[in-house]
Amino acid sequence: MKNLTIPEEELMLPGHTACLGCGATLAMRYALKALGKNTIVTIPACCWAVIPGVYPARTLEVPLLYTAFEVTGAAISGIKNALEATGNDDINVLGFAGDGGTADIGIQSLSGAVERGENVFYIMYDNEAYMNTGVQRSSSTPKGAWTTTTQVGKVRDWKKEKKKNMVEIMVAHNIPYAATASIAFPEDLIKKLEKGKNIKGPKFYHIYATCPTGWRISPSKTVEIARLAVESKVFPLYEVDHGVYNITYMPKKNVSVKEYMLPQGRFRHLTEDEIKEIQSEVDKDWNLLLEKEKWTQSLNKVQ
Amino acid sequence: MNDDFPTPITTEPSTKNKTGTWRTFRPVIKYENCIRCMICWKFCPEPAIIIVDSNKYVAKNDAIKKLDAPEINYDFCKGCGICANECPTKAIDMVFEESLEE
Repeated sequence: MKNLTIPEEELMLPGHTACLGCGATLAMRYALKALGKNTIVTIPACCWAVIPGVYPARTLEVPLLYTAFEVTGAAISGIKNALEATGNDDINVLGFAGDGGTADIGIQSLSGAVERGENVFYIMYDNEAYMNTGVQRSSSTPKGAWTTTTQVGKVRDWKKEKKKNMVEIMVAHNIPYAATASIAFPEDLIKKLEKGKNIKGPKFYHIYATCPTGWRISPSKTVEIARLAVESKVFPLYEVDHGVYNITYMPKKNVSVKEYMLPQGRFRHLTEDEIKEIQSEVDKDWNLLLEKEKWTQSLNKVQ
Repeated sequence: MNDDFPTPITTEPSTKNKTGTWRTFRPVIKYENCIRCMICWKFCPEPAIIIVDSNKYVAKNDAIKKLDAPEINYDFCKGCGICANECPTKAIDMVFEESLEE
């Protein structure tokens, strides 16, 4: 008898070259458990472009196509259309890109694919900087973080801008389904991907994937930090199904942003006042999300 | 397509790459404390934890004995320690590799 809460089938082999405690590999492992063997994955330049290992090694049990940095959205559109033209309608096509390849460099092709209503999955695994090339700031890096391009020395130049909200950008495209998910909540992540299989049109997932190397934390804390991000409301878990917001996990413990930031070396330069300022922004965003949920659900009932 | 420059296609599985050599700390499961909840298996990023037959290891009691057990594959475990950190009964110890070699 097995005591499992997620599917047993493994479509990711061990022996890959990810760092110790990599959150992005967990994201891929869960995504393939949900989508199954009938999947084609497309990966642009990102951490996952090096994780499968040195040529000719492969680590995924499904077909994988490498593309240039900015064309994940276009590549998955092309693959899906070619499959449909040849009568293979039951194959899931997944674009799996990092935050740099989605929020910065790949946003135009993703925007085009979503606007055209392509029937594809798109996962942005968010490690909150360009980790593959050595921790450079991206538009998905949170406010307050240290990176090698927002350094903290005599001149305190930590990132002053807020993180880009990709789910909101997708909602503005009238996307049928967009959701956030976290590697610390695999059951929720898999449920959202399985739900996407029954929705026609583009599906966007923003998956929080811890990076111990770039965040200056112990590799053993990968899942713990991801859980704290959800509990402290820094990264709320919700979905937007045809415009209707639904918070899928209500934080149970009252965790402050300080408790989330304290174990991470990338935030250690922040003063009490700066953390308080970030806390008030997180609270504001959370309250806004609660209101959006209430408002969109009440609109839905009227119809 | 030009045969001199074929499209590079990966053919060999990454399992030939034994990443266990990276390890500094070795996770060791104390089966007498293990409740076989498989949380370690769920959160392993390799994945280097496999599910084995329930009778292979000792169990705390008869109810737990009926469940399949986790086993760590040291060929691939990089020793990140997520399993030890997430274990609800603290049944996994992280042991310094060099102390085992003596």
